[in-house]
Amino acid sequence: MTTATPVRAAKRPPAPPARPRSRRPGLRKKLELALLLGPALVLFIGFVLVPIGIAGFYSLFRWNGFGPLEDFVGFDNYADALAGDVFQGAIGHNLIIAGLSIVVQLPLSIGLALLLNRKLRGRAILRALVFAPYVLSEAITAVIWLLMLQPGGFADQLLESVGLGALVQQWLADPAVVLYTLFAVVTWKYVGFGIILLLAGLQGVPAELREAAALDGASAWQSTRHIVLPLLGPTIRIWIFLSVIGSLQLFDLVWIMTLGGPANASTTMATYLVDHGFKRYEFGFGSAVAVILFIICFAFALLYQRFALRRDTEGALTRMVG
Amino acid sequence: MFSNRRIPVLAALAALVPLALAACGGGADSSGADPSGPVTLTWWHNGTADPLKSIWEQVAADYHQAHPEVTIKGQPLQNEEFTTKVPLALQSNEPPDVYQAWGGGEMASQVTSGKVADVTGPTKGWLAPVGKFAEGWQADGKQYGVPFEQHIVGFWYRKDLFAKAGVTTPPSTMDELNSAVAKLKTTGVAPIAVGGKDRWPDAFYWNYFAVRECTADALKQAVKAVKLEDPCWTKAGQDLKAFLATQPFQTGFVGTPAQQGAGSSAGLVANGKAAMELQGDWEPGTMSSLTEDKALDSKIGWFPFPAVPGGAGDPAAVLGGGDGFSCTTRAAKACADFLQYLGSEPVQTKIAAQGAGLPVNPAAAKSLKTETLKGLFDYGRQAPYLQMYFDKAFPTAVGAALNDAVANFFAGQGSPEGIVAAVNQAAAGNK
Repeated sequence: MTTATPVRAAKRPPAPPARPRSRRPGLRKKLELALLLGPALVLFIGFVLVPIGIAGFYSLFRWNGFGPLEDFVGFDNYADALAGDVFQGAIGHNLIIAGLSIVVQLPLSIGLALLLNRKLRGRAILRALVFAPYVLSEAITAVIWLLMLQPGGFADQLLESVGLGALVQQWLADPAVVLYTLFAVVTWKYVGFGIILLLAGLQGVPAELREAAALDGASAWQSTRHIVLPLLGPTIRIWIFLSVIGSLQLFDLVWIMTLGGPANASTTMATYLVDHGFKRYEFGFGSAVAVILFIICFAFALLYQRFALRRDTEGALTRMVG
Repeated sequence: MFSNRRIPVLAALAALVPLALAACGGGADSSGADPSGPVTLTWWHNGTADPLKSIWEQVAADYHQAHPEVTIKGQPLQNEEFTTKVPLALQSNEPPDVYQAWGGGEMASQVTSGKVADVTGPTKGWLAPVGKFAEGWQADGKQYGVPFEQHIVGFWYRKDLFAKAGVTTPPSTMDELNSAVAKLKTTGVAPIAVGGKDRWPDAFYWNYFAVRECTADALKQAVKAVKLEDPCWTKAGQDLKAFLATQPFQTGFVGTPAQQGAGSSAGLVANGKAAMELQGDWEPGTMSSLTEDKALDSKIGWFPFPAVPGGAGDPAAVLGGGDGFSCTTRAAKACADFLQYLGSEPVQTKIAAQGAGLPVNPAAAKSLKTETLKGLFDYGRQAPYLQMYFDKAFPTAVGAALNDAVANFFAGQGSPEGIVAAVNQAAAGNK
């Protein structure tokens, strides 16, 4: 993680005596910035900002994607979407997934990362194993689990063979279970990513601190709780950020495994968007849903940056560097 | 090809972006092709896999040889891509000249772009033998496309499992179907498999109950007005409710995919875990890819959806649709000539003989691979009325709303009246 404290603390060095070549450092710097940032900025504006603006424009019309935009409906599309049971349910499902990932995935990732940070035999292999699912594409993950979770499929047989047959559910067919099944698959896929991130963070925890604590008689739990976890703070905060944004945008897995069903029990905002924007040729309405999804993600990102990530990024992003 | 019913595996979220860019494009007039000069037709079709892939490649080459001034540039696309690419292309200045279209309400929406060619004139001379299956490609009485394959929905069943359960003749009424379901249950197989995850297989049941309960006039009127007013529509839902109460389906059917893997509804029938499935004529092709059983064709039979006692509809009316092509305006004449070639006996025979689907040209029917398929073809031909699946016949938004409502009903939510209300609400533009 970026710890920019030294930069903040450092006083700017006195300006070096002007050399003939850099007589106009301001202009040169501007040129440099334009050259280096220009292409990325053009792409960003052309493929991110402009389409967002256009989607916002489309969202004010009832439009099937063909012909001119004629049927101006103002904010009706937004009102329709937000008033709909299915979309409200979809927002709820996204929030449940986001909440569960913090409550379940985070402790799981930290625990496994601490384990895998120890010196134990086969550590490299174990690390590779937990990371493997993350390498699979979401589509492949979804198809594999879709097949394994069919009634009488691999998952059921596995449970029965270890005497846990009573736990067998209709994983994808029971509206009360399906969302948690999907969450389990999401966890299976992404826990490896969290572990790798946290392992990297653990390398930044100085061994001397733990040794010093051990000398002072701290137990393993105490040194983990009061030394390791606080120092992992920046990593954990970034992980939460990525995880929540990912949860809000959850699409591929759900689309392939359930299409948001049964009876909309696993609809997410993104599946709702595709269902209504493309499958029904309601591009105006779909754009409105896309804008709502964008606003939710954007608001979260801003607030999180402002309140949670601030101390991690202070100096690096919030102040002029150099 | 059956795969037009496959689930969208990767619906492109990002397509909103190019759509936006296309809409910003200039309005330069697309130049009309010189009718006598050389023409290149771009052709979007879904022949991404054999047998259709090689048939279409051959067709494009043969057509060019016979008409040297016309070059066909085939572009195979996954089914799911048509949903996003066709609207985008019809907004742009260079839409494909020939593109795959499934008729009905979706095509009617596409027609509003003004880029889809009216081919009523050029097809008049040769479309008659296709008969009622071509009607699905009409909007406001004009022909906007031509099918090259027809589809018929009915029950595919396993003769071996029926015999084991003591069901000697395929059911022809709902009572017989219910008793067959009861007998099959005692043998430990799932009587009927349904791919509830994909929603459209659920809708087939409601569709067929409606076809049996409603007169042809009521059906036509409802599709035309996009409004369900006749009480027969509610009766269809009540029939479905009574049928669901007999619990005829496999465990967890609302989460079962229709065509993916051995655990899918088609896979269950193919592997003898379920005895029948209400599906389109593409089913044998789907099943054969999901099982090791090489003798499957001989074990599979077909019977039409049973008669519903007291229903006002014709018990021989059939639910179906087809795969076809529409033309865009730039080279409409050349495109229509090409479509005529696709409907001609040599091409249709290839489609029938290689198991790509049911031909629309009766002359090609004798080349169908199995007696079952020939019987199916004749049944469709003789049917007094063809109802296109409602999700395709209605405008897209209404059709999707119907499928959702029926799928929810399969999952235990809603009511017969609720399904009717969902359709009428979607038609009125409510979400």
